[in-house]
Amino acid sequence: MARIERGPMRWLRHLDPILLMLVLAVLAISVAVMTSASGQSTARISGHLINIGLALTVMVVMANVPPHLLSKAGPPLYAAGVVLLIGVALFGEIRNGSRRWLDFGVIAFQPSELLKLALPLMLAWYFQRNEAVLGSRHFAIGGALLLVPFLLILRQPDLGTALMIGASGFYLLFFAGLPWKAILVGGALAGASLPLAWRFMHDYQQQRVLTLLDPASDPLGAGYHIIQSTIAIGSGGLFGKGWMEGTQNQLDFIPERTTDFIFAVFGEEFGYVGAILLTALYLAIVARGLTIAARAPTQFGRLMAATLSLNLFTYAFVNIGMVSGILPVVGVPLPLMSYGGTALVALLLGVGILMSVATHRQLNKT
Amino acid sequence: MSVVASLKNLDRELARFHGRLKAGAFFVALLAAVLLARGYYLQVAQHDYYIQRAENNRISLVPTAPNRGLILDHKDRILAENYSAYTLEVARAQTPDLEATLAEVGRLIEITPGQLRRFRRLLGESHEFETVPLKSKLTDEEVAILAANRYRLPGVEVKARLFRNYQAGPGMAHVVGFIGRINDRDLKTLRESGRERNYKGSVHIGKTGLEQSYEALLHGRTGFDQMETDASGRAVRMLSRIPPVPGKDLRLYLDLDLQAVAEHAFGDYLGGLVALDPQTGGVLAMVSKPGFDPNLFVDGIDPEAWKALNESAERPMVNRALRGIYPPGSTIKPLMALAGLELGVRRPGDSIVDPGYFMLPNSRHQYRDWKRGGHGVVDLRKSIAQSCDTYYYRLAVDMGIDRMHDYLAQFGFGEKSGIDLEGESSGLLPSRDWKQRRWKKPWYVGETVIAGIGQGYHLTTPLQLATATAMLANGGKRIEPRLVEAIRDPFSHAWQVLPPTVRGQVKIDPANLAVVRQGMLDVMRPGGTAAAAAAGAAYAIAGKTGTAQVVGIKQGARYDESRLARHHRDHALFIAYAPADDPKIAIAVLVENGGHGGGTAAPIARAVMDYYLTGKRPGTMKLEATSDGAD
Repeated sequence: MARIERGPMRWLRHLDPILLMLVLAVLAISVAVMTSASGQSTARISGHLINIGLALTVMVVMANVPPHLLSKAGPPLYAAGVVLLIGVALFGEIRNGSRRWLDFGVIAFQPSELLKLALPLMLAWYFQRNEAVLGSRHFAIGGALLLVPFLLILRQPDLGTALMIGASGFYLLFFAGLPWKAILVGGALAGASLPLAWRFMHDYQQQRVLTLLDPASDPLGAGYHIIQSTIAIGSGGLFGKGWMEGTQNQLDFIPERTTDFIFAVFGEEFGYVGAILLTALYLAIVARGLTIAARAPTQFGRLMAATLSLNLFTYAFVNIGMVSGILPVVGVPLPLMSYGGTALVALLLGVGILMSVATHRQLNKT
Repeated sequence: MSVVASLKNLDRELARFHGRLKAGAFFVALLAAVLLARGYYLQVAQHDYYIQRAENNRISLVPTAPNRGLILDHKDRILAENYSAYTLEVARAQTPDLEATLAEVGRLIEITPGQLRRFRRLLGESHEFETVPLKSKLTDEEVAILAANRYRLPGVEVKARLFRNYQAGPGMAHVVGFIGRINDRDLKTLRESGRERNYKGSVHIGKTGLEQSYEALLHGRTGFDQMETDASGRAVRMLSRIPPVPGKDLRLYLDLDLQAVAEHAFGDYLGGLVALDPQTGGVLAMVSKPGFDPNLFVDGIDPEAWKALNESAERPMVNRALRGIYPPGSTIKPLMALAGLELGVRRPGDSIVDPGYFMLPNSRHQYRDWKRGGHGVVDLRKSIAQSCDTYYYRLAVDMGIDRMHDYLAQFGFGEKSGIDLEGESSGLLPSRDWKQRRWKKPWYVGETVIAGIGQGYHLTTPLQLATATAMLANGGKRIEPRLVEAIRDPFSHAWQVLPPTVRGQVKIDPANLAVVRQGMLDVMRPGGTAAAAAAGAAYAIAGKTGTAQVVGIKQGARYDESRLARHHRDHALFIAYAPADDPKIAIAVLVENGGHGGGTAAPIARAVMDYYLTGKRPGTMKLEATSDGAD
């Protein structure tokens, strides 16, 4: 078997070449845009390159972890995450008006980040165990597993993260076969509860939604970000102003332009053609992910691959939607593009899992 | 569960999963379509709009204020000029503790209480984000001290600003006027006239005098530097530049020396004087006493200084030459005489016997002549020479108020002269219509009687009197008086002389005019009311004296100048032109509380005409009179 191969190259056997190429293409674009957005700041560019290197390493490692081992990590990670969330609710530190952080002295930590991976793992493990006997009981338990962390994060309050984690859990339930009837009823219930939710929203959350509906109402405050990023994108036109030629970017009009608003820089300098290309790359990654899911030999692999793929695109959609002014401003980075080590590592960790699922076909066949 | 059933379930779940994958792919495609649609809207459909907004973000126009045009007298001497000086200004929005900052500045350099008062007044009038001047004309040392302490004084700025200096002094203040800081009212006017953009870099605007009336020419055109700026407003580079166009220079008909002679001739008296060139309408001298220091206003006046000027009983801020209104008194008589001849009411040889008073039929009221016992037999020439009231009482009644009004109106009474200064008063030429409109009362014939000697409702400005006198001198040509003779282009430096504006020509029979002129010549000859003022003149003067009552004299009482407080004394009036055979100057003088026209007003006119026609200065006047105004 392949295991007898020796030398450092044997680690690379588990990489999926198509996925790798697509990811590297987006990362290459991110380096170019980062160069422009940071004003050729050596610190920012090298920081980004280091993050990429670190994240790619994590990806390679994850690609080599067989899915059946990974699935075993689900319950303990999930349990630890929930315990920590309860810890946050009881002893957490308040920053910017919400209780999200656990301070361990040397390191401050947001347990909600852990759940982004732990929840799908837990659910995939659970549905793997109950493969072939799935019934409504299992979906009810799956739903409960989803709701516990969702509600804990919601009351921190951190609506954005709660929704993103809720979405990943929902995708998993959906791929596991959650009945359409349940989806429709749940959707209707959620829709009906919107006015109620509005009442429970904090002022700043309501403000974000209002700002989205009419950015001009507060042009120098909350609306400033949206106004300036839409101006940047719109002024880019069909072909863009050219790399390092975006005036909105170069003259500091785009806020947070190496992190959450990097798409505004990209849209300004590379135009609609660039946006189509980037969207196409994301779609290709999703398509490859869904193909991996379709070919995966195990329930766990199928569910994880499909969920991770949809998750990645959801992040891209929420970020671009926010920067181009059709979604409220929530702190969601653009996958593979925004500056930030944690997000990049988490993303490529997911890609590593996809690759693991893609390349551990025979090894785990039951 | 059996293995078979389990496998069946497994197959079913796998098929369902593949269906779900397709649904997931569809969902993703839907989201992608939404993003691409949004991108199309922003980047293709709305691209023009957003590119404009990006350009507006990026490009800012930095205005460059033009140099204001100079104002020069007839001999090219500077009346108003620019200078650049460092000013200490405070930006309130950037000053955390204004009082502490002011105190700190006060420790570093000298700030006078007046400057502080002015600062507080300007602070109250300005917007939060504006900078307000605290002290102008900083010395180099003060600039250095402030620069060294800048870090301790947030919001305190030293700026180079253009100022205006009026070195001709208080005597020219009414003519030249002054500029002042642009206030809300000015801004509104500028906005309404579409000139706001041209004042983007300007701090000052003409407030009074020529500075106000020629604002459009003096100001020039503001230049704009098109700068690329970043989000914090810092200029990154210059994209293009439209240089400012300096304002045009003005040259006046007015001669500073002549003006000084006229002012000096007034002595301690207050009043107004206008001297015109009867051929061009050019204003040769225009005096309004007292004057004021226009330099006080340039960067905002200290409230106490303003109060002192504004509340002074002498009212120095009023330009008496064009805003002071007085009854013309006997100076109206030459025109009344001309009206009588022209309308056929009198012939030159017609004479009356003057008993010293006039009575209307069926009335016992006596309209008295100024001379007790009367002037005896009086014809038209003598009526002017001796200013016989009785002659004009009767003439007025024979003419009637309607014809009197219509004739005098042709000489500009009751109407603005059209001089190139703002704020001119139109005076008042009474008529039957006017009285009905204003007072809802009929005209009484007794009012016609006193109108004949320029008393009653008739009010005129010295400027109107001078214009009418110029018409007597030039044969009835009505020319708008004008201060500015020529304007100079800032680039070609060529002077462009403004042509006179002729409003009309009164048709006068030369024979009739000659008789009136003879009467005016007789005024200045022995036996005339101003004979003393003409003594020794090297040219012939045609003149007429007048007196305007300040307080009414009761029937049967006597006017006794020595028993009246000075401010209740009559105003003295005098009009004249010279040389009589070829008039080069027409003049009107009003001396407030000066008593008789012949005694105080005529000598002032004589001094002006002497200097203008012969270059002779009054013996009591020092030679450097023109420079005492400079600060």
